[in-house]
Amino acid sequence: MSALIGTRPAMAEAKSDAPPARRRHDRAWQRPGVLSAASVLLLLAAWQFVASRGWIPPLFLPPPGAVWDKFVRVASVGFMDATLWQHAAASLARVGLALVAALLVAIPVGLWMGLSARVRGILDPFIEFYRPVPPLAYLPLIVIWFGIGELSKVLLIALAIIAPVAIATTTGVRGTDVSRLRAAQSFGATRRQLLWHVVLPSAAPDILTGVRVGLGVGWSTLVAAELVAATRGLGFMVQSAAQFLNTDIVVLGILVIASIAFALELGLRALQRRLVPWEGKA
Amino acid sequence: MVRLDEIVAGYGEPGSSAAVLDGVSLQVPAGALLVLLGPSGCGKSSLLNVIAGFIPLRGGRARIDGRDIRGPGADRGVVFQDDALLPWLDAAGNVEFPLRLKGMPAAERRERAQHFLELVGLRDQPRHAVWELSGGMRQRVGIARALAADPQVLLMDEPFGALDALTRERMQELLLRIWATTGKTIVLVTHGVEEAVFLATDLVLLSPRPARIVERHVLDFGRRFAGGEAARAVKSQPDFIATREAVLAAVFASEPDLQAAIG
Repeated sequence: MSALIGTRPAMAEAKSDAPPARRRHDRAWQRPGVLSAASVLLLLAAWQFVASRGWIPPLFLPPPGAVWDKFVRVASVGFMDATLWQHAAASLARVGLALVAALLVAIPVGLWMGLSARVRGILDPFIEFYRPVPPLAYLPLIVIWFGIGELSKVLLIALAIIAPVAIATTTGVRGTDVSRLRAAQSFGATRRQLLWHVVLPSAAPDILTGVRVGLGVGWSTLVAAELVAATRGLGFMVQSAAQFLNTDIVVLGILVIASIAFALELGLRALQRRLVPWEGKA
Repeated sequence: MVRLDEIVAGYGEPGSSAAVLDGVSLQVPAGALLVLLGPSGCGKSSLLNVIAGFIPLRGGRARIDGRDIRGPGADRGVVFQDDALLPWLDAAGNVEFPLRLKGMPAAERRERAQHFLELVGLRDQPRHAVWELSGGMRQRVGIARALAADPQVLLMDEPFGALDALTRERMQELLLRIWATTGKTIVLVTHGVEEAVFLATDLVLLSPRPARIVERHVLDFGRRFAGGEAARAVKSQPDFIATREAVLAAVFASEPDLQAAIG
């Protein structure tokens, strides 16, 4: 601390006409990324400490080392007839399929709702009605209707994604800049051209935000979707492990589910920066 | 030629709100640079929007070359104060946009876009993202885009209102040069008195709401600049200053509240 304070006068003497660069983050350890890494490492250390002291039995909290061993084991040998990668692939395939299906429904519906107050009036109550209901609550109904196959699982995840994407698309469409619409109209744009060349690109930043939210919700529906008659999947893996009190695999599953969600979110953010770099700037 | 007869127009349903324009008649001669000048909120932009076909008429007739104006059309190009560029297209893409809507082949489109970008002095920035350009450059792209569609009339709604004073003067000079080279009819809305007097061949002064035409002047300061005189020289000539002050006095006189406020 004193060393840090000690550098201040030296810096003040050295300064010429250069502006004080990034005063807020000028100390390396204060950068947000560094702080995040530090807090994660601190938590891991506390976990290791508590587990090694035997304060909490491994049945409730296995030590980090045991979870790592399980990771290596499940990744190579497998658990419940499938390796970790096969479980992850099964889950990703379900969510991916659900995402595609949801986008095919949600974007046209959102467009339509954004363009017409009448359509909005008709569809809004349904979306707002099912959106806050937890997927676990309507899962039994979906199983009764569509059976215990893959369709029900994908449908459950898709339903979770549809609402946020449709709502975001509606918002984006309604926020289309009037001057841009008028400009295109004054160039003789047809209704179709307006939709394709002005409205849809205008709504793109909102749609992508909707996809980010939707994918997060869809991914978190995974465990519920894999409750029924699944033989593979990360959600299935966690539940099976819980039944055998394999706490280390439960913890491992949670960590893997969280890591994949984090990676997806980072990927989508990168996609957003690439596809709609003008967002918030124009 | 644009011809407005006894125009009545307003926003929302008739009867729900007072008319912004109540019986305005105006003719825009071909090749003119007609400037609509008036205090903020007087309805000068509404008048421009009537010509553009953006707002429907409650009464009167609006025609261009004898045809009734029923909506926006490619015969009238519009330049907006907020530039209304499409940020997902680069500078050239924006200029090509009206041509793309018409289905012009890509090679021809590119060539035309380049021509108009050169005309507005943006020859070297065709692939620039528009949201990275300065306000003045964005307006240049907007003007190039409107011209690329080859309209009969160019409608400009406070195009330089959001620019800094220096850029504003540069853009006025650019506009006069474009007007002189293309021979387009231009209708421009502004609340800047000096800008109006400098640019206009026909200066129309509007009263506060509901807008009425208070005065109409035929001027030639813009032509003097286009003829080769320096802009600042034109603007400091005695007759320019006299006209500017006379128009300014008329603007103040048309607005009783403002007149009371300044005593």
